[in-house]
Amino acid sequence: MSAAAEAIRPPRDGTLGRLSDFLWRRPGLFLLLMLTPPLLWLGIIYVGSLFALLLQSFFSIDEFSGLIRHEFTLKTYAELLRPSNFDIIVRTVSMAAVVTLAAGVIALPIAYYAARYARGRWKAAFYLAVMLPLWSSYLVKVYAWKLILAKEGILNWLFAKLHLTWALEALLAIPVIGGNSLSVSYIGTFLVFVYVWLPFMILPMQAALERVPGNLIEASADLGAGTGQTFRHVVFPLALPGIIAGSIFTFSLTLGDYIIPQIVGSSRLFIGQAVYAHQGTAGNIPLAAAFTVVPIVIMGFYLWVAKRQGAFDAL
Amino acid sequence: MRSDRTGRSGRSPLMLKLAAGAGLLFLHLPILIIFVYAFTTEEKSYQWPPPDLTVKWFAIAWERPDVRDALWLSVRTAATATAVALVLGTLCAAAVSRTRFFGREAISLLVILPIALPGIITGIALRSAFSLAEIPFSFWTIVLGHATFCVVIVYNNAVARFRRTSGSLIEASMDLGANGFQTFAHVILPNIGTALLAGGMLAFALSFDEVIVTTFTAGQQATLPIWMLEELVRPRQRPVTNVVAMLVVAVTFLPILAAYYLTRDGDQVQGQGK
Repeated sequence: MSAAAEAIRPPRDGTLGRLSDFLWRRPGLFLLLMLTPPLLWLGIIYVGSLFALLLQSFFSIDEFSGLIRHEFTLKTYAELLRPSNFDIIVRTVSMAAVVTLAAGVIALPIAYYAARYARGRWKAAFYLAVMLPLWSSYLVKVYAWKLILAKEGILNWLFAKLHLTWALEALLAIPVIGGNSLSVSYIGTFLVFVYVWLPFMILPMQAALERVPGNLIEASADLGAGTGQTFRHVVFPLALPGIIAGSIFTFSLTLGDYIIPQIVGSSRLFIGQAVYAHQGTAGNIPLAAAFTVVPIVIMGFYLWVAKRQGAFDAL
Repeated sequence: MRSDRTGRSGRSPLMLKLAAGAGLLFLHLPILIIFVYAFTTEEKSYQWPPPDLTVKWFAIAWERPDVRDALWLSVRTAATATAVALVLGTLCAAAVSRTRFFGREAISLLVILPIALPGIITGIALRSAFSLAEIPFSFWTIVLGHATFCVVIVYNNAVARFRRTSGSLIEASMDLGANGFQTFAHVILPNIGTALLAGGMLAFALSFDEVIVTTFTAGQQATLPIWMLEELVRPRQRPVTNVVAMLVVAVTFLPILAAYYLTRDGDQVQGQGK
């Protein structure tokens, strides 16, 4: 009998003891206590400022006084469609698309090798080889490319050593993507974007490729498919969600970046630079806010498509 | 599961090997170049190959008060933001992993949002909120921005570990007479400790390196990345910038390596047999 009495312990002593008993019996209250600090922080500071910003995009700026008129209007959004502003959007989205494609092409062999052939130590080495560039300083990476692309830098030196300067000049002579030198052309901007976002493509792609069962590949080979056929009809469709997951990062990061095109590239603006310019010296917060809505809408649509393809399970 | 894959696919095609190797070289050579430039004697241009090598720039960079101030501000910001993120992220992860409740998915989304949306949106949103509320720029406005996106890093690490920690351990501890705080100190914390340490290090590295949100929340203050950015736009002190760039790479590598080794064996957590 005494054992049964022992099984139900008396209430705990002391303030802390009583407090923990009290909370243990009211899991709802405990949950509320745990969630309140993070939700207050994220809800008020982050979502609050986000809404304040979106609200501003429905205001407009008075052309004569330069002051913000606090009335609801869609005029600011109409301004986005003006050729000079619309060009910025088209330029940024095409850059994001090209960067995503190139990152996909470069990432695929690395991810495929790491997922299917690397074992043990090599596997860890591959993982770290992708993680270290991913986490090393963004600005340092951009700076490294400024050194590489400089006129007196290593790339021009290499082309000169290989007697290929004519090829580089021919490349830079191409209208639109070319320019006076690599560091002030779209080619330069493109290279830096691909370099900086590449690890974000490799990791989800590798995760997706690892989940492709090996026996499916063997079955495909047994049924007579060549390497290329197996890849096209078996591996690629199964790995597609991971590839889309990776492309979410490369696409979104390129859409929002304003530092890379400012440091390496022509003087033509990207969305991020336009936002920065409008909110800063120009003081046109409504137009800046409307510009930020563009990547949000594009990414919303992109995420919706990605979700339908099952890309979120691959993250 | 894994063995059936290793079976016959032992050898890789040569083309694949070459393409993967070239890709990895592309990822690493630019960073190595930084290390060479830190020792160059050339100070007016980015000349390659370096005419000669020297170590004098390290001493000069160390003596520079602006570099030191920026470094100190970055360290303080990153430490404070990491501390805030550790508390908020752990609370959030504990709530989400222990219980199912209405709006649970929305909370995961809310935590991830600051890192999913481009940094410029977070930055400009915070800046316009500060100006609406008439908050002057200070150390705390930088921390506010940084902590917001550091929460997700801690949260991700903690939530993964909480999922693998058995809930019956907590019940056993409470049954044995420990109160909630003792249970936290002696049972929960040792189990999630390495995950929190790893998350905290990654959060520190992220905050230490952050520039996009910081440009909007710092005002006139210069963190180390802001200092770097100014040198990138208007180069004045090329050799000092080279040295700082190399140091930043070296400093961020250590927490990444440490975090990797801490979470690598994370599967062996007590009570996992359940």
